[in-house]
Amino acid sequence: MSDMLDLDRWKPAPFLPDADARDGSLVFVVATLCFLACLTALAVLASDRAARGWTQQLTGEATVIVRPKANETPDSAAARAAETLAGVPGVAEARALEKEKAEALIAPWLGEETDLSDLPIPRLVAVVLSPENPADTKTMNLALRSQGLDASVDDHSVWMKDIERGASLARWIGMAVFALIATAAGAVVAFATRAGLAARHEVVEVLHLSGAEDAFIARLFQARFARMAAIAGLFGAAGAAIMGALLRLLGGGSGLTPVLPIAWTDLLAVTPAPLAAGLVAAVAARLTAQSIIRGLQ
Amino acid sequence: MSRNPLPEGAQDIDPATVRFDDVSMRYGRAPETLRDLSFSLEPGSFHFVTGASGAGKSSLLKLIYLAAKPSKGLVHLFGQDVSAVPLRDQPFLRRRIGVVFQEFRLLEHMSAFDNVALPLRIEGRKPDSYRQDVAELLAWVGLRHRMHAMPATLAGGEKQRLAIARAVVNRPDILLADEPTGNVDHEMALRILRLFVELNRLGTTILIATHDQDLVARSGMPVLHLDGGQLTRLGSEP
Repeated sequence: MSDMLDLDRWKPAPFLPDADARDGSLVFVVATLCFLACLTALAVLASDRAARGWTQQLTGEATVIVRPKANETPDSAAARAAETLAGVPGVAEARALEKEKAEALIAPWLGEETDLSDLPIPRLVAVVLSPENPADTKTMNLALRSQGLDASVDDHSVWMKDIERGASLARWIGMAVFALIATAAGAVVAFATRAGLAARHEVVEVLHLSGAEDAFIARLFQARFARMAAIAGLFGAAGAAIMGALLRLLGGGSGLTPVLPIAWTDLLAVTPAPLAAGLVAAVAARLTAQSIIRGLQ
Repeated sequence: MSRNPLPEGAQDIDPATVRFDDVSMRYGRAPETLRDLSFSLEPGSFHFVTGASGAGKSSLLKLIYLAAKPSKGLVHLFGQDVSAVPLRDQPFLRRRIGVVFQEFRLLEHMSAFDNVALPLRIEGRKPDSYRQDVAELLAWVGLRHRMHAMPATLAGGEKQRLAIARAVVNRPDILLADEPTGNVDHEMALRILRLFVELNRLGTTILIATHDQDLVARSGMPVLHLDGGQLTRLGSEP
C-alpha cells in the first residue's frame, strides 16, 4: 500500500482507537451482569404477584364452624347457616361443606386410625366474600346469632398476618437481592470502564498535552464507554427477556409455576437496563478520565 | 475557539517567553529534583539544556509545558504567573507550547498525517483549513512519502521528525524538545538540528534538552547547564 495520501479523500481518524479485545471482555461482563440483574427484577415482580395472590385469596374467603344444637342435625344446622350467610350483604357465596370434606380436613390432625364417626365433628361453611365490599366477621356473627345458630366465623385473620408477613418478607428479600445485583452490576460496569480507560492512558496524556480541554477528553471517553455499556446492557436485557418469555410460555397461564407467576408485562421491566448501564459507564468514564487528567496536572 | 489567558498588557510587563524565579521542584516527598532556578528565555531565543542523566533536564521542561508544578518559586509563561492561570485556561496556554517528547508519544492508531493534524483538530479547526498545511509540513520534515504510514512502521528518525512536525503544526510560541537526537544517528541528528534552526529563524523560541555535547558545540547556541538540579552555567558553551 502506498504511503502517499490523497489529500482530497482524507478524513480525520477518530480520536480514540477502535474497539479491541479488551472492549470485548468489557461488553461480555456488563452483558452478563445486566442479564442477572434483569432476571432478578423479573423474579421480584413474579414473587410480588404471587404474594399479592396469596393474600387476596385469603382475604376474599371466610370459614364458619357450625356446632349443631341438641334439637338439630349437623347437616341442617350447616345448611341453615349457609342460607343465613348468603343473605348477608357483602357475601357472594356461602356453601355448607359435606361431612366427608370436614372429616378429610380434620383427619391429618387425628391420624388415620381414629374413627371420626364417633366424634362430634363440627360442620363447616365456606364463605366467599364480595371483592368490592366484603362483609366483616362481626356482621356475619350477628346474623348467625340472630338465627339461633351456635357458630363462629373464622376470617383467616389469625394466620393472615403470618401470610402477609411472609409475603412482605419475600418481596423485600427479592428487592434486596435485586438491589445487590444491580449495585454489583453498576460497580462492575464502573470498574471495567475504569480498566478500559486506564489502558488508554497514553491517549489521554497526548490529548491533554496537545492542549485538549479536560471536558473534551472526558466527553470522548464518556461517549465511547456509554455506547459500549448500553450495547452490552441491551444484550443482557434481551437475554433476560427471552428467558422470561420462555418461562411464561412453558408454564402456561400462570407462568413456569404458580409460585412465581410471570406476566407478559413484566418483560417491560428489563427495558431500562441498557440506559442504566450506559449512564453508569458514562459517569465512571468521566470520573476516571478526570482523575487521570488530574494526575497529569 | 482559542482563548488567550493572558491579562491585557501582560506581555508589556514581562516580555520573556519563559521566566523562572527561584524555582524548585520535587516529586512527592523525594529530594528536590530542581533547586533555586532563576533564568529567562527571550522570545525568539534558542537554548540548550544540558546535564548528566538525572540532572533535571526533563523536569525543567515539564515545568514549562505544565506537566508539573514547582514546589517553590514562580514560573512565568508569556508574561503570566502559571500558578495564577485557572485549570480551565491551561489548555489554551499549552497550545502555545510545542513539545517533542523523548519517547515521541505518537498515537499508534493514527497515521502520520493524522498525528500531525491532531493539535489543529483539538483547536477545533476544520480539515479544509489545514489539510494543505499539514501536507507541506510533512514534506518539510522529509516525510511526504510517509503521510499515510502508521507510527509503528516508521524508523526512529522518521518518528522523531513526525513528532517535531506535530509539535510545530500550530505555530507555537515556544518549542521544547527532550533529547530529540537521542534515538537517531549523527547525520539524522544534524538534520533535526537544522529543522530547529529553521524554526527559530521563523521566530519560534527553542529550548532543547540534550546530553549530546557535539550537537551543542556545532550549534553554538547558549546553554543552561544543570548539575544535581541546580543551574551551574547560563550562557554560551565554551
